[in-house]
Amino acid sequence: MAEGTLHIHGGHLVDPANGIDAPTDLYIADGRIAAIGKAPDGFRADHTLDAGGLHIIPGLVDLCARVREPGQEHKATIDSECRAAAAGGITTLCCPPDTTPVIDTPAVVELIRHRTGQARAARVVSLGALTRNLDGEHLSEMAALKQAGCVGVSNALRPLASTQIERRAFEYAATFDLTVFLYADDPALSANGCLHEGQLSTRLGLPGIPEAAETVAVARDLALIQQTGVRAHFCRLTTERAVRMVARAQFDGLPVSADVAIPYLYLTEMDASEFNPEFHFIPPLRTQNDRDGLLTGLRDGTLGALCSDHQPHEADAKLAPFPATEPGASGLDTLLSLTLKLVQDKHLTLSEAIARVTCGPAAILNLPCGELGVGRVADLCLFDASAHWQVKRENLLSQGKNTPFTGWEMPGRVRFTLRDGQPIFRREAK
Amino acid sequence: MSVNLQIGEDGRLRHFLAIEGLNRTLLTEILDTAESFAGVTEQSVKKVPLLRGRTIVNLFFEASTRTRTTFELAAKRLSADVLNINLNASSAVKGETLLDTLRNLQAMHVDMFVVRHADSGTAHFIARHVQPHVSVINAGDGRHAHPTQAMLDMFTIRREKGPDFGRLSVAIVGDVAHSRVARSQIHALNLLNVGELRIVAPRTLIPAHVESLGVRVFNDLHAGLRDVDVVIMLRLQRERMQGAMLPSEHEYFRLYGLTEDRLSVAKPDVTVMHPGPINRGVEMDSQVADGPRSVILEQVTYGIATRMAVMSMAMHSTPRQENDG
Repeated sequence: MAEGTLHIHGGHLVDPANGIDAPTDLYIADGRIAAIGKAPDGFRADHTLDAGGLHIIPGLVDLCARVREPGQEHKATIDSECRAAAAGGITTLCCPPDTTPVIDTPAVVELIRHRTGQARAARVVSLGALTRNLDGEHLSEMAALKQAGCVGVSNALRPLASTQIERRAFEYAATFDLTVFLYADDPALSANGCLHEGQLSTRLGLPGIPEAAETVAVARDLALIQQTGVRAHFCRLTTERAVRMVARAQFDGLPVSADVAIPYLYLTEMDASEFNPEFHFIPPLRTQNDRDGLLTGLRDGTLGALCSDHQPHEADAKLAPFPATEPGASGLDTLLSLTLKLVQDKHLTLSEAIARVTCGPAAILNLPCGELGVGRVADLCLFDASAHWQVKRENLLSQGKNTPFTGWEMPGRVRFTLRDGQPIFRREAK
Repeated sequence: MSVNLQIGEDGRLRHFLAIEGLNRTLLTEILDTAESFAGVTEQSVKKVPLLRGRTIVNLFFEASTRTRTTFELAAKRLSADVLNINLNASSAVKGETLLDTLRNLQAMHVDMFVVRHADSGTAHFIARHVQPHVSVINAGDGRHAHPTQAMLDMFTIRREKGPDFGRLSVAIVGDVAHSRVARSQIHALNLLNVGELRIVAPRTLIPAHVESLGVRVFNDLHAGLRDVDVVIMLRLQRERMQGAMLPSEHEYFRLYGLTEDRLSVAKPDVTVMHPGPINRGVEMDSQVADGPRSVILEQVTYGIATRMAVMSMAMHSTPRQENDG
């Protein structure tokens, strides 16, 4: 397969945005979907792809993945991570602005685009910094960042200096119709914490991050969203209460969306009980009750997207006493399988689960991908739902081998990934 | 995992990192071994040759006088060679990682690390990365654990009250939230089946879900001390006045400071303990600290025998084992 038209036959298409969940053929021309089901008049396939036994879904859109470039190439590079993403069925990933230098000028956006162009794997879109150098005090040149291609603005995990600055930043972002991506955190309440404040933080004597660090921030942010009318997205919610607050705001008609990162649906605070730094997350893993609340929010659509929150690290970053280790897990390799496992565990239907990693995040980012209507870009993931694999550090394609899921049996194996109709990954069947 | 980490395949103590994960039999064995060493430390020639030729490194990343000194004395009385390394002043500032420091010291063929560090979990981390023949003893990690302190406290209680902890009511008073000593004491007292265990403090000094550790919480000192057999006072760090933990030392002493008067609701033969160093006039007044019911200096003395017990057991070289061999 290279340039030219393509006929994918024999596969089972799941396209939640268009309500399709059936055996269907796909026809691709010029990198776009030319037809679904029946060949267009006069279509001649230069190539055919036998998708017998495979599911075909839109290429995954990962709402948050750190590629570590520029600035932290010892952890990962755009090249390494975009290849790992492609192998995980991900065709678009969104990079937060906390690179080095920070994504606060068009030059950095351009650098990332240039490096992505060389990778010929998943595409990268980026969020611009909400404040200059993420300092929390001076507004970034948001109009220029938007013009350069940023799909939204965010201060990543860094705090804003005051609610007044937050208000002004929201107003300025709203001026240019930019979505603000928020980490709900009250820095005074979460200060120095490295674990959910609860039973385990008490037992291990580790400084805790209380639930209120998130809920206080959500309440404050919602008040300012209402005041300014900005469109906002809550990144990586972790508590059941925050999910309910966002659900209420959505019910009241506020322009807010939210997501959850997939480790938070499987792990809880108790997993860190042996000081294992693979379970060091910021925001922290919460309780069983929070986990249940996140699953409910994901099912009812309050949480419109499920992301990897991919944070690849070099081995040394996790080789220290727990509080001194760097938080976060590598997640590109496991995103699709853990999403399918939600179906296997009967938390979501296949269509609901796929929606949260395709059209859901695409809508939040306002990108024309994540669904497969005629004329849409042909970003596709073909996977074998019956294949299983076991997570081993050495098998991860990401440069970051830091995973809390070592040893887990995972359902689903990607066989082909296509971006703009072009194959960017293929794995032979065993 | 912590069970495996602390106990070797032969079922014997390998590292001593936390009370949690150990069992009552082992705690009793430590207390019995300490009892046999208590005699040694009271003789005029205070040495036994159990650890002759072994090298013990006191690896302290946090300042300490009492703990480091008693560990050093304990090692010397076991005839080991002791190296004191204070890392506030050397590698830690040069940017060497903890693991590199450890590997360098291991390359000098040491047999045991006694570790103190401000981060919870450091002793566990080191125990996971040492060579198979090296033992690690936790001399305090963050707010997590200080197991030898807890054992010397248990030793003190046993000497004062006898071996049946089941009939004792014990109150721990003060800053439980920031105390590694309290956490280890709570685990040890519960493993030894203490009759009742209370903690007494204002809510700012009580950590979340502390009941799950097996304690009853009291906010009122008067109620918390009623009919107790043992009172353990915790040191109050001055920095708690910042960060809105407490309004003032004055109010703290007025509400939670131990005085003869306050102590009158406890059992008449109540034992008063404190891990030291004491803030006189903050946690307790001098009359109590120096009074007949205080065993604060005995605690220090017993600390040596207890640490000798833990060190020799982790090195598989206790008096009994020597005799067996």
